[in-house]
Amino acid sequence: MNTPLLRLEGLTKAYPGVVANKDVSFDIQPGEIHALLGENGAGKSTLVKTIYGLVKPDAGQMYLQGASFEPAEPRAARAAGVAMVFQHFSLFDAMNVAENIALGMENPPPQREIAARVRLVSDQYGLPLDPTRIVGELSAGERQRVEIIRCLLQDPKLLIMDEPTSVLTPQEVAILFETLRRLRDAGTAILYISHKLEEIRALCDAATVLRLGQVVGTCDPRATSAREMAELMVGSSLHVPLKAARAQGEVIMTLQGLSAKAPHRFGTALRDIDLTVRRGEILGIGGVAGNGQDELVAALSGEIRTRRNTLMMQGESIGHLGPNARRRMGLLAAPEERMGHAAAPDMTLTENALLTAVARQDLTRRGFVRWGKARDYASAVIKAFDVRTPGPANTARSLSGGNLQKFVIGREIMQNPVVFVVNQPTWGVDASAAAAIRQALLDLADKGAAVICISQDLDELMEISDRFAALNGGRLSAPRPAQGLSVEQIGLMLGGAHDMEVAHVDA
Amino acid sequence: MIRLEKRTAPSQFWTYAAPLLAVMLTMACGGLLFAALGKDPFVTIRTIFWDPLFSEFAWYYRPQLLIKAAPLVLIAIGLSFGFRAGVWNIGAEGQYILGAICGAAVGLAFYPTESVFILPLMIMAGALGGWAWAMIPGVLRVKFGTNEILVSLMLVYVAQNLLASMALGVMRNPDAMGFPGSRNLARYPSATSWINESAGLHWGVVFAFIAVIFAYITLSRHIFGFQVRLSGQSPRAARFAGVNPGLLVLICMGISGALAGLAGLFEVAGPSGLISIDFNAGYGFTAIIVAFLGRLHPVGILLAAGLMALTYIGGEIAQSNLRLPAAAIQVLQGMLLFFLLAVDVLTHYRVRIGTRRIA
Amino acid sequence: MDMSAINPVLLLASLMVAATPILLAAIGELVVERAGVLNLGVEGMMITGAVCGFIVTINAGSPLLGFAGAALGGAMVALVFGILTQVLLSNQVATGLALTLFGLGLAALLGQSYIGIKAPVIAKWPVPLLSDLPLIGPILFNHDPVVYLGILIIAAVWYFLTYSRAGLVLRAVGENHDAAHALGYHVVRVRLLAIMFGGACAGLGGAYLSLVRVPQWTEGLTAGAGWIALAIVVFASWRPWRLLLGAYLFGGVTVLQLNLQAAGFALPVAYLSMAPYLATILVLVMMRSGRAPGSLAQSFHASR
Repeated sequence: MNTPLLRLEGLTKAYPGVVANKDVSFDIQPGEIHALLGENGAGKSTLVKTIYGLVKPDAGQMYLQGASFEPAEPRAARAAGVAMVFQHFSLFDAMNVAENIALGMENPPPQREIAARVRLVSDQYGLPLDPTRIVGELSAGERQRVEIIRCLLQDPKLLIMDEPTSVLTPQEVAILFETLRRLRDAGTAILYISHKLEEIRALCDAATVLRLGQVVGTCDPRATSAREMAELMVGSSLHVPLKAARAQGEVIMTLQGLSAKAPHRFGTALRDIDLTVRRGEILGIGGVAGNGQDELVAALSGEIRTRRNTLMMQGESIGHLGPNARRRMGLLAAPEERMGHAAAPDMTLTENALLTAVARQDLTRRGFVRWGKARDYASAVIKAFDVRTPGPANTARSLSGGNLQKFVIGREIMQNPVVFVVNQPTWGVDASAAAAIRQALLDLADKGAAVICISQDLDELMEISDRFAALNGGRLSAPRPAQGLSVEQIGLMLGGAHDMEVAHVDA
Repeated sequence: MIRLEKRTAPSQFWTYAAPLLAVMLTMACGGLLFAALGKDPFVTIRTIFWDPLFSEFAWYYRPQLLIKAAPLVLIAIGLSFGFRAGVWNIGAEGQYILGAICGAAVGLAFYPTESVFILPLMIMAGALGGWAWAMIPGVLRVKFGTNEILVSLMLVYVAQNLLASMALGVMRNPDAMGFPGSRNLARYPSATSWINESAGLHWGVVFAFIAVIFAYITLSRHIFGFQVRLSGQSPRAARFAGVNPGLLVLICMGISGALAGLAGLFEVAGPSGLISIDFNAGYGFTAIIVAFLGRLHPVGILLAAGLMALTYIGGEIAQSNLRLPAAAIQVLQGMLLFFLLAVDVLTHYRVRIGTRRIA
Repeated sequence: MDMSAINPVLLLASLMVAATPILLAAIGELVVERAGVLNLGVEGMMITGAVCGFIVTINAGSPLLGFAGAALGGAMVALVFGILTQVLLSNQVATGLALTLFGLGLAALLGQSYIGIKAPVIAKWPVPLLSDLPLIGPILFNHDPVVYLGILIIAAVWYFLTYSRAGLVLRAVGENHDAAHALGYHVVRVRLLAIMFGGACAGLGGAYLSLVRVPQWTEGLTAGAGWIALAIVVFASWRPWRLLLGAYLFGGVTVLQLNLQAAGFALPVAYLSMAPYLATILVLVMMRSGRAPGSLAQSFHASR
């Protein structure tokens, strides 16, 4: 066997309280797409940051083409031929595409030449992109292209991609895969990080599985079943939520002709959205991030107010009401961003319980907070939703993402909502917590509440929704029964037409 | 190598220990400064921090401490609401001036009538004047998104000019034979804010204590206090919790303006006595230090104002006894604030030295 | 009153002089804010520069050394701000205010034995040929060198931010410090350098006040010029050439106000003196300002 492109030997990195990587060793061959597989918190991000020079390992060595490789900073890694596309894009919204690309290069040529090379590379790999556009105005898929082209202009030997498909429509995923295969054929190795098994089976040549910071197995993903890989990744069998056939009740909330301006420069305007939900149903709303999800949740929670009759609930007009008045009516919401939106990071769980439960749980008397009662409510949420924390006096920041999400969802569900709106209920949450949250949503609907679940995870939506609709560019498609929808149909609902030009194969 | 690690929760120990450490560091550096100025550092430090409280003349200085601390407490308590909510009213000095002008105007208008209603009316006018002056940056921020820091500050300079024109113009004492400045309100029985002048007790002292208690209860027990803290820490979460951000800005601006106005009124009707060109002595700016030094906490502010008053009085003693320049005290106060901000890092971060062993 | 006492050519020429200290301080702050740092201590840095420049000039007898000393003094106190906010992660608003209070005290302390001394006159540098042009010559091309330097710095900052690699990195750091860090740029180092540049510029502006405008040392001689510089940065939407416009607008109001005072305008002096501050507020309100740098005033800590 020839020298591997990159060899990792015994990499270890510890943070206070957690060992992110423990004795990780594996090889990446030239011209292979190597999958790094693992759950959230398995240590994938730390590992790739080590390779990219952002994190210094406590122990272990790396070898690039046989030579010792210790990048002190990303610049050194880039100079050695390692490039990386980040999960949360490292882009600058207020700058144009060419400037963003120049920032990722070691010795960038003048802007005009960059623009020319961007056009060249984007033709070559089927990634259409205008170098003069402002990045903040691009779609998620286009933003990813900026990152990829930024990497490709450096002719990398190894391209690291961290969860690249989490923000893409199925059509965009197809374009990306085509690009990656072409790169592989041109001799570039790709380290592909994901927890989506089907993608890895379709794309990758080799796979390394991480669990709790350790390598627990390697396999050939083309010859291994998704189930086997899942068991390697999770280490135990999963609890699959139960979806019972539910009797659907009367219409409980109607949203009619909702239009709203974008709340900030890079936000999305909502256009003429109609929506109805019934008791006991879960309406799933899919769509790529940045297509109006935050704005729709804000319009339902009361953070954005609308005209009186735009929102009707149980026969009353509530469009003009603020968040607490809507909560009193039984309309509760859990926004996507846990830290700083759904919860205040530096406040205790008791204070965070007060944040939304003040109206329905009667936590004040003549304006004065009943701290004892608030603490009891926080404790009840912690207990009922199995939130792992020493107690309600701990800050929200001290909780892991999954535990805080359980707390946030539990805080709303235990107030017995009539309608519950939730955005990205399981984003960044480990598999067992995600399963518990989905089960809680199903149970809530079983008890007769209406649930609106907004998510980018189509598998999740298919698993729990009764009807499915898609948000695209601030417009909501007409909902269709979830049962029997094919991936192609969903893709069409999600994509609109603008991002569907498939790469010109063999151009 | 020294590295900082964010703590999951602020350290209880350092929350209380950090201000003390800052005071000690200030004393140490202040000592060096005094030595550089050719003064004995130990004598100077003792003169500033010890003599006003415990020397043989302390009976004279202690009332002075009350007089200095009262306006600082009043203003800083008001500012602490805004600072907690992310509303940066830096122009308390201007609101203080306007409070004094409006309150004095009411008092002077009644001169020489005697009535028990005059002082209460003046108090209302003072609060209203400060409130109105603070509403300008408040409303501009809410309506036009104008930066309240800059507007409130510009208004300090406007207020100073207004003060000058008042002292030289309509409010000038007609019996003073052309000297600038108004009649002395402290010598006008119905208008004076003095309760007991030799004890340093005036109504501003009383109001300062009331403000501390009021702020303590509001911040720790009332839902409004919770909303203020929430808005400062996570503005988005506050909106989600149903807080109206514009209204909150106006309320916080209003509270701080009214309290600064009150401080100005009590000052002009008591310790200062009259409207003059140099009536304002920088309380509005020092109160910013006091608010931060006291961790924006009412009891902390009370203690911090005491400490600040101590440096003022001690500084005056050092000025007359040791010929220490007045500016040295200002530098000392600036240092105190720097050290306070610097040691704050210990509350929120853990300092690690050397590379960590493998866990 | 006598309006004929106001000579429009002299008025416009003195407008450029009046605008220079604020322009210098503002262009420094513009760079600092483009790097994502809000330094409210401009006033403190200016007055430190004013006193340092004055002391060096009197002792060394050279205004050139004086201005260098002012820049150094401003940069040094700015460095204190930089270490506190960038290394010790203190709140930028509070630290900037502290810097102003500290600077005012420090300057008063340093300058106490220099009160009442006249600064040496700085000769004008008329630009050859151009200064002989009628009207335009005396307005634009017959000034002391610092006036030209101010405009030169604006042009240099504009070129630096728009065309240079380092300027691109500086903007990137100010726009999204996490992304800049992920790409391997040294956020703290870039910001410290920007903060020191801002301090040096503010120092120059302060020295221009104490050496040319006033020209002597008095306590509190900046009288809010630093705050007005901050306002002008917002007015300029963080763009160098608009900053020049803002500074001239402000200089115009100041000069006009002084001229009206001298001409015995019917309004009392105190009200005329308010004009620059009121004009600043008015401008802040009317200008829908552009988009601030994305990471402005946020602390950066490279966690995992």
